[in-house]
Amino acid sequence: MSDTTELLDRAAAWAAAGEDVAIATVVQTWGSSPRPPGSRLILTRSGRMEGSVSGGCIEGAVADAAREVLDGAPPKTLEFGVSDEQAWAVGLACGGRVKVFVERLS
Amino acid sequence: MKTETLSRLRAAIAAKRPVVLATRLADGEQRLWPEDALPAPLHAAAEEAAISDKARTVEADGEAWFLHPHCPPLRLLVVGAVHIAQALAPMAQAAGFAVTVIDPRRAFATADRFPGVALRDDWPDEAMADLKPDSRTAVVTLTHDPKLDDPALDAALRSEAFYIGALGSTRTHAKRVARLKEAGHPDDAIARIHAPVGLDIGAVTAPEIAVSILAELVAVRRGATP
Repeated sequence: MSDTTELLDRAAAWAAAGEDVAIATVVQTWGSSPRPPGSRLILTRSGRMEGSVSGGCIEGAVADAAREVLDGAPPKTLEFGVSDEQAWAVGLACGGRVKVFVERLS
Repeated sequence: MKTETLSRLRAAIAAKRPVVLATRLADGEQRLWPEDALPAPLHAAAEEAAISDKARTVEADGEAWFLHPHCPPLRLLVVGAVHIAQALAPMAQAAGFAVTVIDPRRAFATADRFPGVALRDDWPDEAMADLKPDSRTAVVTLTHDPKLDDPALDAALRSEAFYIGALGSTRTHAKRVARLKEAGHPDDAIARIHAPVGLDIGAVTAPEIAVSILAELVAVRRGATP
């Protein structure tokens, strides 16, 4: 809970300081996934980043989507999955599938 | 998210009001329930999300909505600043509970014995009237003294507390049940009291008893049937 509070406070503070802020939220998971629904990542156009939506494996792709949303694209839902069965076999933390909703703070 | 929605969400969290942020995934339309109304099927799902504290995506009228509850921490009201309470309070805090220890005996409820724990030295009936246990509150009585335990249990039984536990043997509890009946509580209400408190794990020491109480609290909260 305090994580959530801190993150929302941070997003508000960034926005108040004139930053363009995007919010990414895990909205659905299947199988094993490192972060549960409701986990958030907040990002700014200037490159600041706080929170997480995975163990680090999809944050890059989410940042790309965030940039598009900040440039005026509508909010979008991204889906990430592991299709390679070997990923499971070697025990990657990021097995399973996850849906992430990306929106801008406006 | 609109900055105005973010402000309202942060205000609700600060005021410890449970709210659910509902997002239509197709276009990002958002409502903050219950301040904003939701259509019937979503309303029911939001209510459920607020109780379970679990975020999830639901379908309503062919549209996907993400329901994201933001609930204040569960509360644990402990009556009796005794040895077991000293063990239980920090464990419960680690498990995410906001803990308050109530004991009018000032020698017991001291900051030295309970560092970082909210303490109240008023009588349990007054403390309970002020703290208003709700469906996100657990009440545990540990004093063994009916003068202190009974008023707290009386208030807990009149509330929607999700867990009520009372320390004491089966024999002690039988006497307690008789007193609560006399005070006008029906059998099915009294049956809400977990007594003897805690899961039967053969606990002997104060920390072990604290583990058994916390384990039972978690089991009830998560809907497990140990």
